[in-house]
Amino acid sequence: MLVPLSWLLEYVDLAEPVDVGEVARRLTAVGLEIEGVEQVGHDVDGVLVGQVLDIEELAGFKKPIRYCRVTAGAAERNVICGAVNFAVGDMVALALPGATLPGGFEIGASRRYGRVSEGMICSMAELAIGDDHTGILVLPPDAPLGADFAEYAALHDVVLDVNVTPDKGHAMSIRGVARELASAFGVAFTDPADTGLPDGTGEPSAEVYQASIADPTACDRFALREVRGIDPDAPTPLAMRVRLARVAVRSVSLAVDVTNYLMHELGQPMHAFDRSALDGPIVVRRARAGERLETLDHVERQLDPDDILITDSSGPISLAGTMGGLATEVSETSTDLVIEAAHFSAAGTARMSRRHRLFSQASARFERGVDYELPLRASAKAAALLAELGGGTAVPGYSLASAPTEAVTIVIPADHPDKVAGISYGTDTVIDRLREVGCTVQAGDPAGDGADDGRDGAIMLTVTPPSWRPDLTDPNDLAEEVIRLEGYEKIPVSMPRAPAGHGRTAAQRLRASVGHALARAGYVEVIGSPFGSAADFDRLQLPAGDLRRRAVALANPIRDEEPLLRTTLLPGLFQVLARNAGRGFADLALFEIGSVARAIQGPTVAPVLAVDRGPTQAEVDELEAALPDQPRMVGVVLAGEREPAGWWGQGRQASFRDAVEAARVVLRTSRVPYSVRSGQCEPWHPGRCAEFLIEPSPGAEPVSVGYAGELHPRVIAAYRLTARTCAAELNLSAIEQAAALVAPVQAPIISAYPVASQDVALVVDESVPAAQVEAALAAGAASAGAGVVLEQLRLFDVYSGEQTGAGRKSLAYTLRFRAPDRTLTDEEVSAARTAAVAEAARRTGAVLRGGA
Amino acid sequence: MSAPNNTYDPVRVAALEPAEVERMTAEALGAIRGAGSFEELKAVEVAHRGRQAPLTLAGAEIGALPPEAKAEAGRRIGTAKRRLDDALAARYAELEAERDGRVLHEERADVTLPWDRHPAGARHPVVTLGDRLADVFIGMGYEIAEGPEVEAEWYNFDALNFPPDHPAREMQDTFFVAGPGGAARSGMVMRTHTSPVQIRAMLTRPLPLYVVSPGKCFRADALDATHSPVFHQIEGLAVDEGLTMADLRGAISAFVEAMFGPGLRTRLRPDYFPFTEPSADVSMECHVCRGESTRPGGAPCRVCKSQGWIEIAGCGMVNPRVLIACGIDPARYSGFAFGLGIERSLMIRNGLSDIRDTVEGDVRFSRAFAEEA
Repeated sequence: MLVPLSWLLEYVDLAEPVDVGEVARRLTAVGLEIEGVEQVGHDVDGVLVGQVLDIEELAGFKKPIRYCRVTAGAAERNVICGAVNFAVGDMVALALPGATLPGGFEIGASRRYGRVSEGMICSMAELAIGDDHTGILVLPPDAPLGADFAEYAALHDVVLDVNVTPDKGHAMSIRGVARELASAFGVAFTDPADTGLPDGTGEPSAEVYQASIADPTACDRFALREVRGIDPDAPTPLAMRVRLARVAVRSVSLAVDVTNYLMHELGQPMHAFDRSALDGPIVVRRARAGERLETLDHVERQLDPDDILITDSSGPISLAGTMGGLATEVSETSTDLVIEAAHFSAAGTARMSRRHRLFSQASARFERGVDYELPLRASAKAAALLAELGGGTAVPGYSLASAPTEAVTIVIPADHPDKVAGISYGTDTVIDRLREVGCTVQAGDPAGDGADDGRDGAIMLTVTPPSWRPDLTDPNDLAEEVIRLEGYEKIPVSMPRAPAGHGRTAAQRLRASVGHALARAGYVEVIGSPFGSAADFDRLQLPAGDLRRRAVALANPIRDEEPLLRTTLLPGLFQVLARNAGRGFADLALFEIGSVARAIQGPTVAPVLAVDRGPTQAEVDELEAALPDQPRMVGVVLAGEREPAGWWGQGRQASFRDAVEAARVVLRTSRVPYSVRSGQCEPWHPGRCAEFLIEPSPGAEPVSVGYAGELHPRVIAAYRLTARTCAAELNLSAIEQAAALVAPVQAPIISAYPVASQDVALVVDESVPAAQVEAALAAGAASAGAGVVLEQLRLFDVYSGEQTGAGRKSLAYTLRFRAPDRTLTDEEVSAARTAAVAEAARRTGAVLRGGA
Repeated sequence: MSAPNNTYDPVRVAALEPAEVERMTAEALGAIRGAGSFEELKAVEVAHRGRQAPLTLAGAEIGALPPEAKAEAGRRIGTAKRRLDDALAARYAELEAERDGRVLHEERADVTLPWDRHPAGARHPVVTLGDRLADVFIGMGYEIAEGPEVEAEWYNFDALNFPPDHPAREMQDTFFVAGPGGAARSGMVMRTHTSPVQIRAMLTRPLPLYVVSPGKCFRADALDATHSPVFHQIEGLAVDEGLTMADLRGAISAFVEAMFGPGLRTRLRPDYFPFTEPSADVSMECHVCRGESTRPGGAPCRVCKSQGWIEIAGCGMVNPRVLIACGIDPARYSGFAFGLGIERSLMIRNGLSDIRDTVEGDVRFSRAFAEEA
């Protein structure tokens, strides 16, 4: 909110000269953050109050041009002027040669329309105090000739930009900021809402337009006052127009300007109706189905039954607290006005302004909370000002419709702020600060029954917050008031004693290890887009029933092309791959660890639980059940060269084997036993896809945790990826869960006895996976006999050709045996080898090459 | 092999005569000097110091001498052997030096040639900085709490004292999850902050409770230099008996000193968050200029924009309403919470200037941080 310092100083007794930096610092320290400080008005220099002495109408131009003789008290000058809204004798703002106007515009003499123009007569826009270009600024007849205009119009000011947090409705006004400023400096505050009327409000009157409230949940105060016989052409005083310009409000008409001015000063939004346009009694109610209203911005709005309306016999005439209706707008012929000031429901106006996407100065105040005692006072000031400035008469008294409001009282132990802040303020300070805020405070036993109401010996305070602080509802709100006014800098520093923690969980450690392992293996971590689309599922060639098509949809996506949450990391990784390729990086190995969301049960609705108590387990379970499945995945993509060419020779293209190895890196890091087999899954190449399986718990049926391999050529084409791009994606959550059940590593027995190596070459069908042969050899060797340990099994050659026969391949392994406690005999080694080969033969039909 | 005896054969012991020993020695020394390579020298060594070497054979005859001659002959042979051994060692050293000077020189190569045959990978700095921030709190006894990214509104807003229709709810541009039949509401959102994890922690963990929760958050902001629909926060939460704002200040200053350097002061100023009351924003003394830029004549500071302070976090005392929504008795327990943006920390600590770099996945970005992980 913009706050001119001059306006604040009308109500805060600060000694001159005022240190603006200190004002900003202290306001920020009490919770009104000053985001900007702007010195204004200094860009109008040398402009004088002048008078028009003579006007010569120049003919022959496309628009009326006047050549005017003017004076600023001394010499007479001639200036060209394109406006016609003035007459001889009028007082004007005169910029003579040597003057400067906003924008660094220096005035000189020039030849225009065939005449010498020695300066100009200024408009509001040229003086940066309005946007009116249509005519020049005509000053009141009593403006002192020759005076410095900037001084006369009080242009020099400092405008503070206050960041008002959503809890501080009272600070959306000069009144509220001034009160805080007075507190911050410990000086006197004058309440601008003082009307000088009896009780501050005057009397109810039957003479004033009558109103009623049909829905007390929508509005609890609705006040009307009337002003009659005002001059519709009466101008808004210059000082008020300057102020409005400083708070970035456009001057419209006297009636609108006065209500806007008072809204900024007091925080009470008001609306002026043209009395002659009203028809029958005014009722505040909710909208009915099918009702419509054309608002001041010329938009015809379809109303919602939740909308709060001001209506007369003709139907809706205003969106309460948000925007008035066009039909009852004050026009250039209105002479009798009905001024409305009300207190509308904060939540109701908030919903309404969002529903209609209509964010006005009024709705911004109502949704933050307006002083519910302000309508009668603010309307009284408005009526008086309009009568005075418009030459009309304020009808004495008011009409008021109201619904009962409950004053909040909060009982706190006097040391409650101490307990919150960790400091001892003392009861007097607490009471003083709360009173400064506007609370009434009673110390003592609140119930009056002598009972022990709080902690032993604690003085209890019964606090009633002022009407302008609807945000003060809880003991901690009061504590905050005391603490912020006393200063946050007074809070001491102590170190809380947290109990000994357990560090990261196994799953958290594993996640970090997997990331480090992939980075060590040469993969660069990225954070991919969390969004996706059904088009992605098609590009990935996912079949109709695939779980990855069960996406969660957003109601308000940023891009309509990506309305879903991702169900797989791969499209995001492809996007990053393509972006890097576009930037000249073709050889890429990337990974991401991140969550995906899958609406396995389809769209669900999560209940909104109570907040005045803790939820039951059943309620928590219900919430959890509504949430989509959100496994954490690890994804990998590779394109281009995995190892670069160099002076040493050729590089090596990334292949599906790298992707498979990346998946193995993840699984090895987890230490979860896994198996790998040939897999079939989109978006992978059906012949180059490995599926990884783990036991979710030791001994349980293995489940698939993901795939790795080369992408299907159609997927590569759909995403325009480099040929033979490879990828892997594993369900890290499933791996984390299984890893939690894996026993700690048992230290090996390091045998110093000699190793016995045996090579075997086995011929199997081309279709037999090496993993199966390997598993069989290991199982066979393990069954060979006590104490013979297969220390290592390593595939050192794969061959197919004439010697293996068509459709067959030879796999050559080295088996290294060792015993922990003795040197193995040739017989033992030979037996183990035989057992291993026999098991391979049994499981895979393997035959020893050369029949040996 | 001769056994000791009392009679000796002058012929057999002629080899022990001084002149003969000297002759054998001289011959051997000549051969050693003449050896031009390791192989030759090795052959010379075998010939003159091996089992069949003349000097060795002569020594074997000492036993045949009369007792009174044995000692002198023994000394003679011993001296001769030592002379040969010394000469051999010297010649070996000469040959080695010669080889080092010639052969190893010939084998020299350009050791500055690159050998980066396996390109380095890298972790993402947002992830590693998040880990590093969490580590500071783990060191203080906190544990890491986690929660889902698609979250129930109750966790993300209601339980955190964001009342329905309150402007605070609207300050965060929330992604809403569509309901059945494309309905605009489902009671679920993309979490707008990591604060719902506070609620989850309070509902599931025993008290007292000290947790920190790093994680991904979402706001419906279009991507530009300072906004990203995806960003990361880390939040801390403590719930215990008798916690005060003084404890909050303590936790925050410990954290700032651990992260940005010892002795840096922190400052709290009033702010507003629905889930804390009182609330504050946290600034720390600029770790680069330490306030120097605000003094007269001080050099301008790019990091704090010459303000001397840098806003780094939001914090406050857990609003008792939040405790109540979690079934915790606010008369007995109080709590504090704080949260900061990881990308913002990356801006302050590492000079990140464009937040898009964190989500675009350009490999140059993560690689630049690879050594800091």
